Amino acid sequence: MQFRFAGALVAGALLSLSATAAFAQSGSATIDAIIKRGQLVCGVAGNTAGLSLPDSQGVMRGLDADHCRTVAAAILGDASKIKFAPVTTQARFTALQAGEVDMLYRSTTWTLGREGLLGTEFASITFYDGTGFLVKKAGGVKSAKEMDGATICVQPGSTTELAIADYYRVNNMKFTPILIQDLSELQGAFESGRCDAYSTDASALAGYRFAKGDKANDYVLLPEIISKEPLGGMVRKGDDKFFDLVRWTYFAGLIAEEHGITSKNIDSFMTSTDPEVRRFMGLEGDMGKALGVDNKFAYNIVKQVGNFGEIWDRNITSMGVPRGINNLWNKGGLHYAPPMR
Amino acid sequence: MSESAADPRYAPVAPPKKAVKLSWSDPVFRGIVWQVVIIGAVIGIVWYLASNTASNLASRHIATGFDFLSRVAGIPIGEHPIAYEPSVNSFGRALWIGVLNTLQVSVIGIILATLLGTMIGIARLSRNWLLARLAMTYVEVIRDIPLLLHLFFWYGIVQTLPAPRMALHPMPGVFLSNRGIRFAELVWEPAHTGALLALLVGIVLMVFVSQRATKMQEGTGLRPAIWPAGLGALVALPLAVWAIMGAPFEWETPVLRGFNFQGGGTFSPEFGALLIGLVIYTAGYIAEIVRSGIQAVPHGQVEAAGALGLRPALVLRKIVLPQALRVIIPPMTSQFLNLTKNSSLAVAIGFQDFVSIANTTLNQTGQAIEVIALIMLVYLSISLSISLFMNWYNKRIALVER
Repeated sequence: MQFRFAGALVAGALLSLSATAAFAQSGSATIDAIIKRGQLVCGVAGNTAGLSLPDSQGVMRGLDADHCRTVAAAILGDASKIKFAPVTTQARFTALQAGEVDMLYRSTTWTLGREGLLGTEFASITFYDGTGFLVKKAGGVKSAKEMDGATICVQPGSTTELAIADYYRVNNMKFTPILIQDLSELQGAFESGRCDAYSTDASALAGYRFAKGDKANDYVLLPEIISKEPLGGMVRKGDDKFFDLVRWTYFAGLIAEEHGITSKNIDSFMTSTDPEVRRFMGLEGDMGKALGVDNKFAYNIVKQVGNFGEIWDRNITSMGVPRGINNLWNKGGLHYAPPMR
Repeated sequence: MSESAADPRYAPVAPPKKAVKLSWSDPVFRGIVWQVVIIGAVIGIVWYLASNTASNLASRHIATGFDFLSRVAGIPIGEHPIAYEPSVNSFGRALWIGVLNTLQVSVIGIILATLLGTMIGIARLSRNWLLARLAMTYVEVIRDIPLLLHLFFWYGIVQTLPAPRMALHPMPGVFLSNRGIRFAELVWEPAHTGALLALLVGIVLMVFVSQRATKMQEGTGLRPAIWPAGLGALVALPLAVWAIMGAPFEWETPVLRGFNFQGGGTFSPEFGALLIGLVIYTAGYIAEIVRSGIQAVPHGQVEAAGALGLRPALVLRKIVLPQALRVIIPPMTSQFLNLTKNSSLAVAIGFQDFVSIANTTLNQTGQAIEVIALIMLVYLSISLSISLFMNWYNKRIALVER
């Protein structure tokens, strides 16, 4: 009896060891967990039009959602093997630190404090944004400098409240903050007139205004952008291979747009003679294996989700936000990818 | 013959001590062994949890320690009883303001809820059928609605008030708008502090006067009139002090400038909605506690008091309430603690109490464990203080039964 039990124990231990050995090849705990689980768990906002909002069929749409899908396509080869976990501004970092989500694409600004203190790092900047103010046209306010003594609705736990406090101090003005965690309650307070202005990233404000439909002209986005808010993907510290992978999925989207590769014409590039394109498509070199994933990772990203410009056009252009500094480096913007070599 | 104290047979002698045998059959030895084992297990578990947490935090490069309390906060706070500047003051000061906000809501809420709840509880026992039914409906309806819905409801109502430019003006100096109630505030001078101190002195004097009057009543049966002394101590004395120190009487009225009123005192809509919601909700529970306390007094007491010729008001004050309070106070303590902890729901309507500011601190510094420990500590302190005070009061008014 005891020998049988001991034998079963030893066999079971060997089996689990071999199973983990089969998975533990990429050298990254996060990538192994994702492959074992069979899907990527991506933390998003889930309530911001243009960045991450479920559509009428319940499918998550938006810039952040699509960038999450690119990472799923790179690791698992299938952009649909993904679970979106909506997290609030106050819970997002704890969720990432505790391992509830693999990564965050949740309109999170890259700051020194966040990299140094939270045990996280920023793998990419997908949106060079800034803090803006949205006011009602009926109020007659034309500039942020006229807002001395105003009441401003803002979500707690964001860089927005810090940026506004700094701006008001620099300009020697006073304001009263209304900090409500729930986004719909906060927007309701702005609508009812409790606050004079609503403030968050200018992209989210544009999305909110756009979602109003024909009432959009009752709201004015003030011209001043009072802070830099580079929004990007956030991962945990200590997992370098996963960090590299998330960074290079972003770069892959840029390289594709540089070469004019889109999800529609990518198959025609199979016969290309450009060496970088051939490495991109996985026909030459071992770009994917160097990152710990399949060589066709970049092909999968562009074919299933699109290049960087396509993702932007699909989600942001309809809101009336111009590309501006979010264009490629050779078109006057800030997005620049190192060579894939 | 009378020195019984020196007789050794009657001297107190301690019972002989049994030596502890080092064997499992000795119950004292067994007791010691089990206690050592259990204490060791508890210490071991706590040690393991603490060291595991510390090593996990270190390996994930998450900052630890309480240094963040002295770091500049940067977070704006809407209502602050003491001065606060986001780019100058620290997280420690911000958290302290959160504690003050919570205490403000809790103390005012407890006082108002007790008053309202007691009135409704007594109303439910009234012989007036309509009054009793109204009180019953109030209690049954209010208790069945979750507190969060109460808060959203009152916050929604407060938001329907007009904008500052079209504020309601019911009385001179008072403005009602969706930015809150603004009222004219007395400009506080040292003369007013003097008058307040004189009032406190007057209250202490009145306590002594009333105790002397009670002693005279017990001795002779006649109670001397104390209202002249009351008038002198509580009204004339503070007024005299105020008049001597210059009699200042300046009021600061709110003036509409730009987006909002400037000057004067203010109650924000968030504070108002939270207070009204908490008071109405808790009063429903307190009404039932008061009613059960009064009904716990045997009816024979009331009948006997009536036979002695006491009027109903005196019966309630001298006979029923002292006996009812014994039953009322312990559950009342629970309701006070509930109200204090329920004030943390303020985070849903934008009032920055301690939990709200602590959450923001947690988010900006990333130190979840330290901040949650602080939240637990603060609520534990407040709750223990309320509980200790109520237990002391309960002991003080307890009837000594024969």
